[in-house]
Amino acid sequence: MRTMIKRPGAQGALVQRDLSIHPPAHAPGYKTSVLRSPRLAPISFDASPTEATGPIFGPDVVGPGDDDLLTNYAAPGESAIGPRIVVMGRLLDGSGRPVPRALIEVWQANAGGRYRHKRDGYLAPLDPNFGGCGRCMTDDDGWYSFRTVQPGAYPWPNRANDWRPAHIHISVFGEAFAQRLITQMYFEGDPLIPHCPILHTVPDAAAVDRLVARFDKSATIPMDACTWRFDIVLRGRRQTPFENRMEGL
Amino acid sequence: MQGRSHPWANALGWLPETASQTGGPYVHIGCVPSFAGLEGMYGGRDLGASCRRDGHVGEAITVEGRVFDGTGAPLRDALLELWQADANGRFAGEDGSDPAFDGWSRQPTDGETGLYRFETVRPGRVVWPDGRMQAPHIGLWIVARGINVGLYTRVYFEGDPANEEDPLLARVEHGERRATLMARGGEDDVWRFDIHLQGPKETVFFDV
Repeated sequence: MRTMIKRPGAQGALVQRDLSIHPPAHAPGYKTSVLRSPRLAPISFDASPTEATGPIFGPDVVGPGDDDLLTNYAAPGESAIGPRIVVMGRLLDGSGRPVPRALIEVWQANAGGRYRHKRDGYLAPLDPNFGGCGRCMTDDDGWYSFRTVQPGAYPWPNRANDWRPAHIHISVFGEAFAQRLITQMYFEGDPLIPHCPILHTVPDAAAVDRLVARFDKSATIPMDACTWRFDIVLRGRRQTPFENRMEGL
Repeated sequence: MQGRSHPWANALGWLPETASQTGGPYVHIGCVPSFAGLEGMYGGRDLGASCRRDGHVGEAITVEGRVFDGTGAPLRDALLELWQADANGRFAGEDGSDPAFDGWSRQPTDGETGLYRFETVRPGRVVWPDGRMQAPHIGLWIVARGINVGLYTRVYFEGDPANEEDPLLARVEHGERRATLMARGGEDDVWRFDIHLQGPKETVFFDV
């Protein structure tokens, strides 16, 4: 395989993570977290190069069509079933700088709320033309987009009658391993949002709201697909004097 | 939003980080689709399935183990990522780094046994921010259903004399907990590193 890492991740220490906007490890409303949450305090330190660098992928890692979940698993000439949507947004770091050429991976249930996974036994059928994963790289200005079907809501075993709102899982690489992030994107107006134990592991109402993508009429493609806007912010890095000069700050 | 800088400090308009959410039970679909059963996706090869190629520099090693929950049961749905320096202590992409070593790999725990396995190289030493040298170590990031924010820990190598002077190990206040950061064995270059999410053997996790 080709070398996938083309340049070193950025050096420079990271800004301390604001844990108040992240879910606690132990969130009893989400029962699985009870046995999977460390109980001792994590040990804090200022990032060494192992944490301040990270894998940076070359553009050849992502193939043409990887960002189109409508067709990337479909038979030739076929397309996944469900509402056609585009999800787009910008990847920024905490200082507001775009993160260019970063790898974003997504996965989701199909339009009926069923995952293509051997452990998912939900009643809703699989769609033979929908795999449920996609990936893309951000452009030079940090923009990303992918095309897919709007996922369905589905029930899950937590309390007796818990449902996941429609959501898309998103995995993001920044420039530092300590920026690594997995999150979930929800859809504005979904009536299940206030009832989701997983979304509400996030203790901060504004942080919850930022996980909800907005319908973007202006970017919607007429007679084709509705567009949803979802910006992602990674932790910031403290700039080094060298970087400041490079950017002319 | 651009910030202003100063010789001693930055004054930046910070945006809040996007909140983390669990990777969930189907994290494999997005990150290791071939493992999840999506035959042929992305050319049929999961990104990061291996990180070393023929001709790499240094000692080839295997790091393997399991991730245990609070009852001692292994997680059979976790995903781990590794990031480390090459045998000379350089990260991929750095000048002089080993072109046959990526430094990054991603592996699921086995759906039956819970075992994960990385085929990598024994890393060289990397500098600490104050100029001291760290002991050889591997960065490890763990996500799974029930883990709300990815957990970060490090793998050190039991018996390495450099461990005695490692600045981060020295920061672990309860000395006996350092043992949770040590891969053991090393016979036939196979190192065992089990992760305990809770309990008396709870692994040391880091907030970086």
